[in-house]
Amino acid sequence: MRETTRGRSIVLHAVVIAGALVMFFPFYWTVVTSLSPGAGLSATPSLWPADSGLDAYRELFTELPFARVIGNSIGLAIVTTLVQLITSATAAYAFSRLAFRGRTVVFGVYLATMMIPLQVLIVPLFAELKAFGLIDTYLGALLPTFASAFGIFLLRQAMNQVPFELDEAATLDGAGHFRIFWTVVLPNIRPALATLAVFAFMGSWNSFLWPLVVLRSPELQTLPIALAGLQGQYTTQWDVIMAGSVVSILPMLALYVFAQKYVIQGVANAGLK
Amino acid sequence: MSVITTPPAAIPIVAESPATRRALRPRRRRGIRHTLVVVAFLLPSALPLVFFVLGPMVAAAVISLTEWNLLAPAEWVGLDNYANLLGDPATWAVFAHTLYYIAGYLPLVYFGGLALALALNTALKGRSLLRGVYFLPVVTSWIVVAIVWRWLLNPSNGIVNATLATFGIDGPGWWTDPAWAMPSIILASAWKDLGFVMVILLAGLQAIDPELVDAAKVDGAGWWRRLVSVVMPLLSPSTFFVVVISLINGFQVFDQVYAMTGGGPGGATQVVVQQVYDLTFRYGSAGEASALSWLLFLVILAVTVMQVRGQRKWVNYA
Repeated sequence: MRETTRGRSIVLHAVVIAGALVMFFPFYWTVVTSLSPGAGLSATPSLWPADSGLDAYRELFTELPFARVIGNSIGLAIVTTLVQLITSATAAYAFSRLAFRGRTVVFGVYLATMMIPLQVLIVPLFAELKAFGLIDTYLGALLPTFASAFGIFLLRQAMNQVPFELDEAATLDGAGHFRIFWTVVLPNIRPALATLAVFAFMGSWNSFLWPLVVLRSPELQTLPIALAGLQGQYTTQWDVIMAGSVVSILPMLALYVFAQKYVIQGVANAGLK
Repeated sequence: MSVITTPPAAIPIVAESPATRRALRPRRRRGIRHTLVVVAFLLPSALPLVFFVLGPMVAAAVISLTEWNLLAPAEWVGLDNYANLLGDPATWAVFAHTLYYIAGYLPLVYFGGLALALALNTALKGRSLLRGVYFLPVVTSWIVVAIVWRWLLNPSNGIVNATLATFGIDGPGWWTDPAWAMPSIILASAWKDLGFVMVILLAGLQAIDPELVDAAKVDGAGWWRRLVSVVMPLLSPSTFFVVVISLINGFQVFDQVYAMTGGGPGGATQVVVQQVYDLTFRYGSAGEASALSWLLFLVILAVTVMQVRGQRKWVNYA
């Protein structure tokens, strides 16, 4: 009995570890290819590059405005994250703490917006921003990302867990809603704010369709758009394309390692509702 | 758009404390001051939602009733766009391709994610590291995923076909072959989302009371029996969530298709959203594109409502 349990455990470990290696291999292969000059032109690069070099990265940053592109991605992601934190937190407070007529209906409308795919909005959004003269501007790329129904829902859930007795104590001390919001509720939902911040940043960093439609000039483009363009331009120079991929993965990887707890927790909680 | 921008099916009702009830008790006279406070808290989110979601949503419905190329003044055509779309075999083809994608993708990520979650839910060494590795592709952008897989599955010198060749197998043309293009996209997509599904199901498994499983064990139920009769029913809320989200995201599939095949070869992977994009920006038929996106929205809405209705039959909320 013991022996079979032990044997089973070893097999299970072996299978799960082998699976993890297979899952990880594409990342490894991306890095190896980016370090193999001329990859893709002749043959498949070797698993361990013999004459590796940073040529592909040099090409990326000298021939293309890649530094600028990275700056764009970082800038847009930071603004999106900050604005989403503000708009989500204030709305969540209204739905969690303020009594007003039609609250349930308004909250329902907010939630319903989550079901509307961006694709449905592409044409009118494009026309609207064109009328405002915002096509091919950072602001045009940013505006539609400013409110997040997901963020509002997430923060409202967190705020509902904060005891209302704390509000009452603050009210007795003469605090109004803005003080309660800032000094009582917000400090108590830090983990949820962190989760939202990570998802907002990730969402902006990885977003594709809307930036593709709005940002036309090469110097305004974000990483995913530039990468898609790179693919058309360097059809067979896989080392350059993979170098671009590495550059776009690394910051997310750093954020993920740093904030893994909030990312996984956020996803896990989403499924438990 | 991120994967989790979708509402959970059931909104839990938080137990209300006396303080909660006092705070939310409707009062007759709250005065203009209170109204201003409410407006101040709602305005930052209401403005973008109205201007960039609800407004465009209505506008899309209006545009779908016109013929418009984004430049010249729009011309009113009534329901012609819808009639044209429904009579066009291309429309049925793009929906069929999208369903093909879903039919391949959903079982792969669900059963793959379930197997992993079950494995990681046991006393496994290095569990959190393994979970971290499996989750890694989730934080990678669809474009990177598509590009990397185009390279892995490159027919001439990609690593997959090179490996197959060492075993004497002549690998297929993958994304360059109409028959293999969709499977290539499905494979890449499943790789990206497997960790996401795994984490949701793992959280569901960890929420199951171990005593229930132990009780079944005492009653002599084997591993498979416990899985089917105890674990799966208790996991059904998580399963439901995964299915709802995957279907919504599946119908909206675009980024990876755009970057891997652009809808080709020969239109073999032309999905609904790729068609919306092409109609708008390649063929200048914004009206028809809006009609098609509304059709897509209605399909997603119908499928989601059907699932929420049908959940009573198989989803157990403890």
